[in-house]
Amino acid sequence: MRKITFAQAINEALREEMRRDPATFIMGEDVEVGVFGATTGLVDEFGPTRVRNTPISEAGFVGAGVGAAMAGARPLVEIQIASFTYCCWDQLCNQAAKLHYMTGGQAKMPITFRTLYGALGSAAAQHSVTVYAQLMSVPGLKVVVPSGPYDMKGLLKSAIRDDDPVIVFEYGRFGQLKEAVPEEEYLVPLGRGAVKKEGKDTTVVAIGIMIQKALAAAEALEKEGISVEVVDPRTLIPLDEETILKSVQKTGRVVIVDEGHRRGGAAADLAAMIADKGFDYLDGPIKRVTALDAPMPFSPPMENFVLPDEAKIQAAVKELVG
Amino acid sequence: MELPKEKLLQMDRTMQTIRQFEERVRDIFRTGQIPGFLHVSIGEEAVATGVCAALTDKDYITSTHRGHGHLLAKGGKLKPMTAEIFGKRTGYCKGKGGSMHIADLSLGILGANGIVGGGIPIATGAALAAQLRGSREVAACFFGDGAANEGTFHESLNLAAIWKLPVVYVCENNSFAEFTLTRDVTSVKDIADRARGHDMPGVVVNGNDVVEVYETTLQAVERAKRGEGPTLIEAKTYRWEGHVVGEEAFLGKWGYRSQEEIEEWKRRCPIATFEKRFTEAGIFTQAELDAVKAEVKREMDEAVAFARESPLPKPEEALEDIFINP
Repeated sequence: MRKITFAQAINEALREEMRRDPATFIMGEDVEVGVFGATTGLVDEFGPTRVRNTPISEAGFVGAGVGAAMAGARPLVEIQIASFTYCCWDQLCNQAAKLHYMTGGQAKMPITFRTLYGALGSAAAQHSVTVYAQLMSVPGLKVVVPSGPYDMKGLLKSAIRDDDPVIVFEYGRFGQLKEAVPEEEYLVPLGRGAVKKEGKDTTVVAIGIMIQKALAAAEALEKEGISVEVVDPRTLIPLDEETILKSVQKTGRVVIVDEGHRRGGAAADLAAMIADKGFDYLDGPIKRVTALDAPMPFSPPMENFVLPDEAKIQAAVKELVG
Repeated sequence: MELPKEKLLQMDRTMQTIRQFEERVRDIFRTGQIPGFLHVSIGEEAVATGVCAALTDKDYITSTHRGHGHLLAKGGKLKPMTAEIFGKRTGYCKGKGGSMHIADLSLGILGANGIVGGGIPIATGAALAAQLRGSREVAACFFGDGAANEGTFHESLNLAAIWKLPVVYVCENNSFAEFTLTRDVTSVKDIADRARGHDMPGVVVNGNDVVEVYETTLQAVERAKRGEGPTLIEAKTYRWEGHVVGEEAFLGKWGYRSQEEIEEWKRRCPIATFEKRFTEAGIFTQAELDAVKAEVKREMDEAVAFARESPLPKPEEALEDIFINP
């Protein structure tokens, strides 16, 4: 099977869904060019009406997406970098997330946001955020964090077809990663996690692209005789608790890997869920491997120190397995 | 423009409805029977009425925390509005929104909004959706003078101008941004002047003259429908009541305006001046106006009774309507 990158997977998902539904349109900064390749070339097929460059006005165009969704369109809004969500926080968290609820179910909000997240590599703190933990705490938003190009394409297509507001987090510094992706159409449903690798000694739940680090760590540990099961939630909201708990029940141990910060993070939330619903399965403490609680530094040695990596995952697993 | 009597009587009825609705809910709020906050627009009725008189049912509006008038003028129904303010499950939003968040999507009312400037990009997006599907709806965007100092105002006007969106921005300048004088915190004397910076027409109108508001809006709507883009209308008016009902309790001795100023604006009441003008012109009789007033009062009595008799939501209904597909 052919192998493609995240950006190619996104591009295909957008193209297929825009062909399928004339109510869809893309807007965002530089989408006609497609800075990271995700939207590149779409303007040639769909024209500048449906693939429209916006000014650098995140609150303006995210809010316009909300209004367009309420008025019958299906907007696909790109927020170029996840940290730019801070510039449109009200429109995301107060408007998109809440208006279906606050209108007693009247307003429909079929809008998809896409954004590039995480440490991009010496991009420094203002361009290196995950943000999904903050958005998880806003009821009304669905939060999707695909771990590879295959899931990326299938999840994005599901997100676009979903009638609720969905924010899809994209690949950070894994732009070069390629995966086998079928030519024929498929969907990956929201709210269903996946066991990416089976194992028996410890469960590693990893969020988004941290799956790639977790799989590499698992492979190394395998050589030392430690069998790791790697679980991918795929979507944080809605969360497939069952798949996670089933794995914890099987292994009795769990490490949660998240590129987000430790305090108030997604890993903390998953850990609380496991402690709450899977306490009896546990043979040891729930471990977290996350970014340290510092703004992401610029210089590579410091950035690497702050970020989770394979060695840190391996160390956490070994600590648990003893 | 010579307006037909029917249209004028309808405007009178709309303004009466807004006035009576707000006076009634204000009085009930003061007795502690309505939860939350209440912002009323008494004295500003001509803006909502004049703008919405230039719109059809299919056109969109977005509104503000001070939105009762806009909603009623766009056709919002008294019973579910009143019930919503009482927090009842028969309310427009099933008790999930309250006074600041009433919407009726079936009438193009995309909602009042609790965030100052929050509705401006939303109206802009509704206009974009209409333009994308090639239909003829227009979005009218109500916001206050305070919102004209929000970033969303400038971002939205720029978007609407570059894309020539069918939107009419209506700045209802009631002279106060909460408890601060607008003129103290705004760089321009006329907010309409800011239209020039975004390459669109900006017009100042007397916000207490419903006919002037209507005629100006109609021109803006026609321009929008011709595909020529947005207009910014600044309607100058005055908020008779406080920012919130009951503000005396926390303001104490600190005031921000004089009683004389309020009285001066009450003499320019948009309803009284309108009724006087057209009775003197022989368009309607006092008896006709009295009949409208009495009919509105009857409807309002029914709406309050409906709200009072309606059940409260069940607590667990709090978990409904979060997602369409949970």
